[in-house]
Amino acid sequence: MSTELAIGFLPLVDACLPILALEHGFAEEEGLSLRLVRDMSWATVLDRLLYGHSDAAHLVAPLAIATTLGRGRPAQPLSVPFVLGLNGNAVTMRPELARAVSPGGGLGDPRVIGAALAIEAKRRSDAGQPLRFGVVHRYSSHNYMLRYWLAACGIRPDRDVEITTVAPPYCADALESGEVDAMCVGEPWNSVAVDRGVGQIVLMTAQIWRRGVEKVLTLREQVLEEKRGAVEALIRAMRKAGEHFVDPENWQANAAILARSEYLDGDPALIQRAVSDRLRLVQGGAVIHYPDFMFQHREAANFPWVSQAEWLYTQMVRWDGMQFDPADAAKAARVFRPDIYRSALIGTGDDLPGASSKVEGSLGQATSVTTQQGNMTLESNRFFDDGVFDPSDLAGYLAKHP
Amino acid sequence: MRIAIIDESASRAAVIQEGLVAIDDCEIFVVTDRRGLVARIGEIAPDIVLMDLGNPSRDVLEEYFAVSRALARPIAMFVDESDDESIAASIDAGVSAYVVDGLSAHRIRPLLDLAVRRFNAFARLQSDLAEAKGKLAERDAIDQAKRILMDSRGMPEPAAYAELRKAAMNQGRRIAEIAEAVVTAHQLLGGKV
Repeated sequence: MSTELAIGFLPLVDACLPILALEHGFAEEEGLSLRLVRDMSWATVLDRLLYGHSDAAHLVAPLAIATTLGRGRPAQPLSVPFVLGLNGNAVTMRPELARAVSPGGGLGDPRVIGAALAIEAKRRSDAGQPLRFGVVHRYSSHNYMLRYWLAACGIRPDRDVEITTVAPPYCADALESGEVDAMCVGEPWNSVAVDRGVGQIVLMTAQIWRRGVEKVLTLREQVLEEKRGAVEALIRAMRKAGEHFVDPENWQANAAILARSEYLDGDPALIQRAVSDRLRLVQGGAVIHYPDFMFQHREAANFPWVSQAEWLYTQMVRWDGMQFDPADAAKAARVFRPDIYRSALIGTGDDLPGASSKVEGSLGQATSVTTQQGNMTLESNRFFDDGVFDPSDLAGYLAKHP
Repeated sequence: MRIAIIDESASRAAVIQEGLVAIDDCEIFVVTDRRGLVARIGEIAPDIVLMDLGNPSRDVLEEYFAVSRALARPIAMFVDESDDESIAASIDAGVSAYVVDGLSAHRIRPLLDLAVRRFNAFARLQSDLAEAKGKLAERDAIDQAKRILMDSRGMPEPAAYAELRKAAMNQGRRIAEIAEAVVTAHQLLGGKV
C-alpha cells in the first residue's frame, strides 16, 4: 500500500520537483501517493502545514527559519530535508527606471547597475518620492538577495528606498500602476511583466549570489519524525524528477505539465523560458541564455547545507533589527537537515557531500570537493561583491554587514 | 467592534456581512478591491479582519500588520493555541482571521464561528450552482444526441431516447455519457449539431 503525502505549493516554476515527481511516476515507484495542494499566498501554505492540512510544503526558505524562531507567530519547529532549488528569481524594473540604471540593456554588471541605482535612489528620495521595491514576502530569499545587493551598493533599505510586499500574480499590475518601481520575484512573473511591456529584467538573483538558496521542502519537525520513511522516499523521487527537469529533451513537455490549470495555470511558452534558463529581458527583445538562472539538480543542488540556513539567519538579524543570539543561530541551523538527505540517498550512487556546511562565496572557479563516494565538482558560488560567509564566525560576518 | 471583511468575491463578502450584522455592537466594512488595500485597512482601523484563505494579498496584509506602527495592530488568529479546534474549522472553511491583541476570546469565538458557517454556506451555494450547471449541460447533450438519432435513423423521439438508455444500460454508463459520445462521434464524422 502506498503512503499518501500532501504537499502545499504556490504556482511558481520552482514548485516543479514535487509536481514532476507525481506526474512522471517517480513518487509512485517509491511507494508514494502524492496529493498537491495549490494555494495563493505563503501565509496559507504555512497555515495548512502547521494545522496538518498538508504534510510538507514548497516554502520560501527564510520563512521556515522565521517560523521556527517564532517571528510573527508562536514558534513551531520546522525541518528542511531538501532544497527545492537555487536562485530562479530576477529584478524587474519599470522601463524608464531600467533605462536610467542600465542604459545598455541586457544583463549588466550588478556593481555598475547598483552605482547608477544609488544616484537614482538619492534623486528620488530628495524629491520626496523614494524608489519603492516589491518583494514577494518579508521572509523570502528575494527580500534578502535584493537587500544584500542594495546594501553592498551603498543603498540603505528602508531608508533610501522602500521595500514592500506584493503578491506574485499582481507584480505586473503593480509595476504598471507605479505602485512599485521594481520587483524581485520568481518565474513566470518577471516574464509576464516583460511580455506586457510594463517591466524590464535588469538583473538575475544568480548574479547577486551565484548559488543562492531559494525554495525548500518544509515539514513540521514532528511530522518528519513520524513519516521519516515516506519523506526519504520523496527525496529520492524528487532527485529523479530533477534529473528529468534539467534534461533539454524534456523541457517542452515539462513546461506543458507545469502550465496546466491545477499547477501554474499559465502560458507554457513563458514557463519554458525559465525551465531552459532562457529569458526575454524586454518586450520584443531577444531571448538571452543565462546558464543556471534556475539551479535544481547538479552539484547536489538539493543538499540542505547548514551554512545556507545560517546565512539566512544572519540576514534575518540584519533586516529585522534583531540581536544576534547564539541560541537562535543554533535553532536556525538545525532547521536544515543534511542527515535526512544523506540517509535517503545513501547507496543510490547520487552525490553526497562529505561536509554539512561550507564557506559560502568562497569558490571563484570550479573546485573539486570530497563526497562520500569520491569527488564532485562545485562551480563558482561567489557573491557579486566577493563577500565570503564563514559559518564558523556569524558574529564577525554581521559586524561587517551592519 | 470594527470588523473588516476582505474578499475579492463581492458576493461571498455580502453573504458573510449578512451573517455578521446580527451581532450587536458591530460595524462592518467590506473591502473587495486589492488596490489600496493596506491604506484602506489603515483607515478602517479594524479590531478584527476576516480574509479568505485563497486571497493572494494575505502576505501583503501580514507584512503590513508586522511593520505597522499602529498601537492596536491585529495579529493572526493563531496565537491563542488553546483554541485549535476553532482554528482548524476556520482553515477547513477557508477563512483566516486577524484580531487585535487583548480582545477577549468570548467575544471573538462566536464571531469566528459565525463567519465559518457563512463561508461554508457560500461554498455549498457554489457547489449547488456548479451541480445545477452540470445538469443543464447534460440535458443539452441528451437533447442533441436524440436529435442526431432522429435525423440520421428517422426515429421518433421516444425511440431515440430508448436507444440511448439501452446503450447506457448495456455499457454500465450514464445516459449523459452515451449522449456526449454520440455528439462527439457525430461532430468527428462531419455532422453539425
